[in-house]
Amino acid sequence: MKRTLLPIAAVLAAALALPATAQKKYDPGASDSEIKIGNTNPYSGPASAYGTIGKSIAAYFKMVNERGGINGRKVNFISYDDGYSPPKTVEMARKLVEQDEVLLLFQTLGTPSNTAIQKYMNGKKVPQLFVATGATKWNDPKGNPWTMGWQPNYQTEGKIYAKHILQTKPNAKIAVLYQNDDYGKDYLKGFEDGLGAKKSMIVAKASYEVADPTVDSQIVQLKASGADVFFNITTPKFAAQAIRAAYDTGWKPVHYLNNVSNSVGSVLTPAGLEKSVGIITTAYLKDPTDKTWENDAAMKTWRAFMAKYYPDGNLADPFNVYGYTVGRTLEQVLKQCGDNLTRENVMKQAASLKRLQLDTLLPGIAISTGPSDFAPIEAMQLERFNGKQFELFGSVISSED
Amino acid sequence: MSRRALIACAVLLLAACVLPFVVTNYRVFQMSLVLVYAIALLGLNILTGYNGQISLGHGAFYAIGAYCTAILMDQAGLPYWATIPIAGAVCLLAGFLFGLPALRLEGLYLAVATLALAVSTPQILKSHPLEKWTGGVQGIVIVKPDPPAFLAAAGIKLNQDQWLYFFTLAVAVAMFALGWNLLRGRVGRALVAIRDHHTAAEVMGINTALYKSLAFGVSAMYTGIAGALGAIAVQFVAPDSFGAFLSLVFLVGIVIGGLASLSGALYGALFIQFVPNIADEVSKAAPWAIFGVFLIGFMYLMPVGVAGALRMLTARLTRRKLSQPKEAIA
Repeated sequence: MKRTLLPIAAVLAAALALPATAQKKYDPGASDSEIKIGNTNPYSGPASAYGTIGKSIAAYFKMVNERGGINGRKVNFISYDDGYSPPKTVEMARKLVEQDEVLLLFQTLGTPSNTAIQKYMNGKKVPQLFVATGATKWNDPKGNPWTMGWQPNYQTEGKIYAKHILQTKPNAKIAVLYQNDDYGKDYLKGFEDGLGAKKSMIVAKASYEVADPTVDSQIVQLKASGADVFFNITTPKFAAQAIRAAYDTGWKPVHYLNNVSNSVGSVLTPAGLEKSVGIITTAYLKDPTDKTWENDAAMKTWRAFMAKYYPDGNLADPFNVYGYTVGRTLEQVLKQCGDNLTRENVMKQAASLKRLQLDTLLPGIAISTGPSDFAPIEAMQLERFNGKQFELFGSVISSED
Repeated sequence: MSRRALIACAVLLLAACVLPFVVTNYRVFQMSLVLVYAIALLGLNILTGYNGQISLGHGAFYAIGAYCTAILMDQAGLPYWATIPIAGAVCLLAGFLFGLPALRLEGLYLAVATLALAVSTPQILKSHPLEKWTGGVQGIVIVKPDPPAFLAAAGIKLNQDQWLYFFTLAVAVAMFALGWNLLRGRVGRALVAIRDHHTAAEVMGINTALYKSLAFGVSAMYTGIAGALGAIAVQFVAPDSFGAFLSLVFLVGIVIGGLASLSGALYGALFIQFVPNIADEVSKAAPWAIFGVFLIGFMYLMPVGVAGALRMLTARLTRRKLSQPKEAIA
């Protein structure tokens, strides 16, 4: 009896084992035991405040590895300093791809840095996944099928403000102040696209140069247009000036401020907190300093993660929530890849996220991608400044529908 | 040049030619950057090492060279090799013109004035009136050159990185030969005389104003050509590539490599290319602190730079053998 069963069992075992081994497919950087992921971050230099993103991602994968890795494979997260200098990013990206032989690059940070390596990455057909920049150009599946963004892009955000204005103030007269560069124009384009046929609601537009000392004259000009809604597309220093100038001239429009400058500490405080009351902006991640999330399970888990794996990290820094959340997104993509860890499959799986819910995103915001949709997060929630902190209001607004 | 120096140069050149066939493309790319930096450092060394004028703004000339090449390739459709002499000429002029007012400034005052160049460059590149050409904050992406057709026809197969390396090597050799020629004769002696004793040099009939401005121009030309080659190697230029820090790194490079020494430019280039990477591998938290440790270590162990230390070492070894000092290699 035993003898007759043995060959059958052997055949069965082989039959079971065969498809599993046949399915395993690897590109450089992946093996039975390891997945190598490359990254560049500005740990030094003018933008080193962002460096904590790289550190929190590294901490995240340390935790993943302690829990047994992804489908039994340990993540080897290799991150180099590029000092926010594009030539250094090129050098480091080449090192990661050609010498360390990583499977993909992940969360490379900075618009100029990513522009510098985009051609190279797409030429080499190595994923440049979930880049850490808000420019809209990363959502270009046809032209650059190996590059994908992650956070809501500037145009998406502009569309969200437009949508809110159309809903709440359909007869508004809008004034726009924007920084005259790619960033400002990106926002403006999204905003105008969002207004669509009602683009004529914009009654005045003024721009400024980064080198300008103030934006006072632009505010006077915009106020004179008689607008009752103000869309403020400015970087922190100018945002503070614009808020103060608008208040001091007695202009009381509904004030929309872009996400780039929604910091209470570095924008609203210098502008004057009492002058900032009522300002509307957007958010998509849970703010670690927001009292609303004090007893939130997700943020508690995040705090426990920080305490154990990144004890030096600042618990008030939203960038650490950002790094944690984007790390979870990649974990999901790699989980979906299963045993087919080719670069092609990584992009395919990254482009087939269906309403992925991550609990450090604001409730109601989910990550969705598709073969022609390389913009993972496209929803945000509005928040209004109450004199002390921002308060979320309304429901999540998506630019997609 | 002594026979020994000649042999050393030949061996070095031979090694440089073999290198791209034995290492990975990534290393070839890094070595191309080393050659680029070596040309830039040679330029700064002519000004600071030989002529004694301290510049904290050479990153600006590097940027001008890089942008010349990028704009000419991107907008005028010029081939990459044709942009190099133009970039050099533009920087020669820019350096000469900057050198004229700089004549009134000495030592630290000049250093501060040139610092203005370094800090203003990224902002000027981002400015609106120039945006049409410079591409503003986004910069310009340029195409990496392919090896020329005649090489393939002759049966020599090179990839893009290897070709670019050889192209850079050829330019570097030409620039070093030119520099050597310039500095070993009358011009070189005049530059050093001005550095060592300004008044004495003038008394001896050296036109100090002309020489100083020319030194500035030639120095800028070298750095500009390096910038042009660097842009082609990296395939991208943007204002953030040319921050004030770049100028400081150049100064660090010539001091570490060895002031007033041709070979020092090469050692300095190796230092600024590789030591930051090593520092980053040692510590993510404070890469520049580690870099600082290296810097202090080098300055403490080799106060006259790597070139100077090697010179002393050779001199000591030769003396022991021949018991009489001989002319050292520079």
